[in-house]
Amino acid sequence: MNDITTQIAELMPTLLEQTGIMMWIVALALFFGGIAGLILGLLLYVTRKGGILQQPVVFWVISILVNTFRPVPFIIFIAAVQPLARVVVGTGIGSDAVVFGISIAASFFIARLVEQNLMAVDPGVIEAARAMGAGPWRIIRTVILPEALGPLLLGYTFAIIALVDMSAVAGIIGGEGLGNYAVAYGYRQFDPVVTWAALFIIVIVVQVIQALGNLLARRVLRR
Amino acid sequence: MLHIILKDVTKEYPPAKRGGNPVIAVDSVSLEIEQGDVYGIIGYSGAGKSTLVRLINALEPASSGSIEIDGVDITSLSAGKQRQMRTGIGMIFQRFNLLGSRSVRRNVEYPLEVAGWKGKDRKDRALELLEFVGLADKADNFPEQLSGGQQQRVGIARALAANPAILLADEATSALDPETTDEVLDLLGKVNRELGVTIVVITHEMDVIARIATKVAVMERGRVVESGETYNVFTNPQTPTARRFVRTVVRNLPTGDELAELRAQHQGRFFTISFTDEGATEARVFAALARAGVDFNLVHGGVDSIQGRVYGLLTIAVRGDASRVREALSTVGSLVKVEEVSP
Repeated sequence: MNDITTQIAELMPTLLEQTGIMMWIVALALFFGGIAGLILGLLLYVTRKGGILQQPVVFWVISILVNTFRPVPFIIFIAAVQPLARVVVGTGIGSDAVVFGISIAASFFIARLVEQNLMAVDPGVIEAARAMGAGPWRIIRTVILPEALGPLLLGYTFAIIALVDMSAVAGIIGGEGLGNYAVAYGYRQFDPVVTWAALFIIVIVVQVIQALGNLLARRVLRR
Repeated sequence: MLHIILKDVTKEYPPAKRGGNPVIAVDSVSLEIEQGDVYGIIGYSGAGKSTLVRLINALEPASSGSIEIDGVDITSLSAGKQRQMRTGIGMIFQRFNLLGSRSVRRNVEYPLEVAGWKGKDRKDRALELLEFVGLADKADNFPEQLSGGQQQRVGIARALAANPAILLADEATSALDPETTDEVLDLLGKVNRELGVTIVVITHEMDVIARIATKVAVMERGRVVESGETYNVFTNPQTPTARRFVRTVVRNLPTGDELAELRAQHQGRFFTISFTDEGATEARVFAALARAGVDFNLVHGGVDSIQGRVYGLLTIAVRGDASRVREALSTVGSLVKVEEVSP
């Protein structure tokens, strides 16, 4: 028992450092993937048939793109985007390449999530805004996004947790982070203490994120 | 002065299936709506009335025909000009369509933001309108905290914020209970009287028409089958559809079991006499019947108020010598409209 306590105490600085790296990777991927996903999701929503900027061609191109890449298992996806990562961030391995890969995968995933939440906006309020003379851009800014804000916050919370999951796989292209640390030093070196310590931290991080997301969404939804 | 003129307006939707027939929602409709009218458009669901009202503010483009508002054909305006035009036309909806993300006051401010008003002016104007609809104390509440009737009043305040000359009401009372319906109709009447706003009311409820519409058009399968002054359509409907709608409000005709029961109780021929505020009074009619020497009983009927004017339907059972009855009825027929109740 005492051995385990000492081991954890010794592991602590590394665990915290790796937690920091994981959160940094997730934060960057959320920033890039979150914005790209919001734009793609919005485009899907407004260009679809009956949307406020109906554009069948744009809709089908984005829809096919999202449908093609979203279902690819992330462990394969991150390996497959390596050449693209070399072009864009200059390297196919390490944390930069990981952030790039997660951002791309997240943007497809978030695009669908955003689209679904926007679909739930009452078409009646959009019609009311049109009847008051509002143009499409104003309707997006002042009606669609504010009306969907609560569900969007919950959706993004869900997405952040998926990003934590993705970040653990990033080790295969040489990315760091808590998930990879648990795999490399816990699982592969048959050291359950490392695995369980990492798992414990990840569970806490996820709980905190989910609680914050719920709190924000409740504020917005006033319930 | 003519305010809104529709000429041969048609709205077609492409067929739902490839090779199917196009759906004609509005079929060569022509209407003339005067400044200050409360113009009712009534029809069953699917008659095309909701589509028709959306053509007036160009939420839907017309397929053919012209729609003139203040002399300008709005069907040929650019998208930007149409948006500008819409700021001069308020609209209220069956489901109110308030923005849940905004307080009541900021809902009312929305059209003013679109029209480019500044913050302070916007707020003052919104509060002024909330005062007008009697909800000044709810300014900082959110729509979901309000009852249906209150939400519709906010909808009306919002629709009036930018000083529109026209208000379109799309089934504005259909989601409300009878008492709240009265409140909202009273408010619409006040909007028409005090602000001089021309109102187009879409409804499937004839009592809404009876209460506030000065003129009415009856729609069926995309066409206007009958139109005119509300009182005239009520007292003298020409089409079966109009007659059915009138009967939903004017319930003074015996039908079915009720009629059979009355016939069992009373002998003689049954006639229904229509009293309008222009024809003879009940007293004159009864006196004429008595003079003719026939025996009569009042068996059914009542008096309604349509647009504040009297409209009565009384059914009488008349007994006596056949020729005298005929004579009596022809005398009465010269005074008022009389119809024999079909046996």
